[in-house]
Amino acid sequence: MSTEDHVEHPSERLIGRYARGDTEDTEAALEGGVNGTGIAHDEVWALEAHLESCARCRARLAVATRHTTPAVTALVDGVWDGLAPQLPAIAPMPRRHRWALPLSAWASPVMVPWLCMTVLVTLIAVILDSLSGQGISFVLLLAPVLPVFGVAASWARGFDPAYELVAGTPRAGLQLVLRRTTSVLVVVISALLVAGWVTGAAVAQWLLPCLAFTTGALALGGLIGVTRAAIGLVAAWAAVIVAPTVAVSRTPVALQAEALPVWGAVFALGVMVVIARRGAYTLLGIHR
Amino acid sequence: MTRGVTAAEVAPKTYAWEIRAEGLRVRAGGRKLAVNGLDLNLGTGVHGLLGPNGAGKTTLIRALATVLRPAGGTLELLGTPADAQTGGRRELRRRIGYLPQEFGYYRRFTVREFVEYMAWLKEMPREEIPGAVQRAVERVGLADRADDRMKTLSGGMVRRAGIAQAIVNDPRILLLDEPTAGLDPAQRLRFRELLHQLGTDSCVVVSTHLVEDVAAACTDVVLIADGALVFRGTPDQLAAAGGAAHPGDSPIERGYAALLMRSEPGRGTW
Repeated sequence: MSTEDHVEHPSERLIGRYARGDTEDTEAALEGGVNGTGIAHDEVWALEAHLESCARCRARLAVATRHTTPAVTALVDGVWDGLAPQLPAIAPMPRRHRWALPLSAWASPVMVPWLCMTVLVTLIAVILDSLSGQGISFVLLLAPVLPVFGVAASWARGFDPAYELVAGTPRAGLQLVLRRTTSVLVVVISALLVAGWVTGAAVAQWLLPCLAFTTGALALGGLIGVTRAAIGLVAAWAAVIVAPTVAVSRTPVALQAEALPVWGAVFALGVMVVIARRGAYTLLGIHR
Repeated sequence: MTRGVTAAEVAPKTYAWEIRAEGLRVRAGGRKLAVNGLDLNLGTGVHGLLGPNGAGKTTLIRALATVLRPAGGTLELLGTPADAQTGGRRELRRRIGYLPQEFGYYRRFTVREFVEYMAWLKEMPREEIPGAVQRAVERVGLADRADDRMKTLSGGMVRRAGIAQAIVNDPRILLLDEPTAGLDPAQRLRFRELLHQLGTDSCVVVSTHLVEDVAAACTDVVLIADGALVFRGTPDQLAAAGGAAHPGDSPIERGYAALLMRSEPGRGTW
């Protein structure tokens, strides 16, 4: 039920008079010398205000115009004749939104290759785990750095070609950073959930390092730029944890259950830095 | 297709200048101050920002677009300090249109999707976006290509799509960095007409190194060199500054050369 049903519609007679131009200030009314025969100004105003919002009454007006005032009809038809040849060249405005925009609201539009890579890398880690036996878990080693790539893919200059356009918009800033990070985490965590289930790694064991690295990348990114932060974190992780682990073939202390409070603290620290530096995410320097 | 005018647009403004800079200093990248002690007041109209390469045009435009934070001095846009806290800056950015010198785009997007996405990023009300996008695309003459993918467009068309995204939110301040690069002569004429329309009710800053663009399309010339203001006046005043002795093919080019020589007499021919 539309709101149109509750309002009073103008009478057929009023619309007919309006169509004839029968208002107080028209020539006809003045020449006739009789005041008050035309539609009063306030009535005209009310009628026009109603017509603006009521398609049904506009249609009634169009019918009335066609019958009573050939001059207006000729004018409208003339304008249409002039416009019609130009119209086919113009693409019409689409009636409804497509799905592209809601999706872009949550992820950088160029993230599909990155999503495929995440799934592929997780798959490789699972395969390596099953091949290498009991020594080390590649899924655990990989868990912290996967979201870092994702954060880089959503903010780094090299991944997002339109970074400068995006940086200048009101939506740029912490809110958009968090939206894109959320979608990164949804993909990473679901990939790791499956991987953890296959290889038998405990959820907390990879989830906390994963979250800590995500906020770490964002916090460091707010200070020195996301690209640099991502490269730095991945390099540090590879040098300090991955290389020694592969060398001695043993799960490192950093990934055992005792280290979890430390990861929790890093995560909390990252969140605090991100909030404190939230203004930095609206600037161009964040993409460095 | 017309657009309703909101009460906010016809309300009296509470500032004297759309852009007001005093002793503005902005760093470009590392240590160097690309804009150093610039004083500038710009109101409604089309302002041509001229200057040699490396004069600080792009850095200044980025600071005006609030993507670079000024290192010193004051910068007020629409009466709001540009380094306002996040809330104020957000409000400000909704009323700014910005076309960077080199802008990337998403190759798989159609022109319409690209401009729609930018309109969404500019926080336009969802129901206004399709109409605003159609208007912007029509104004830059891309209506017949609106549903083609960006990667199929020529360089000039991509630039026009960039102009469309800049004007989609009907900005009060429109910042265009080298918008005529890649446009052919006919498109450049159309673009000057568009600038003229836009300049009637908003503050348009066009950076360019093509002096003839300025002469034809701008109400006002701002000449900067080494990050500071050298000259501010009408194109006619710029032309009057040069004499027959100065190099250049047109009066305005001679005026440009004369003013730059005066500001940096030691510089060589480049």
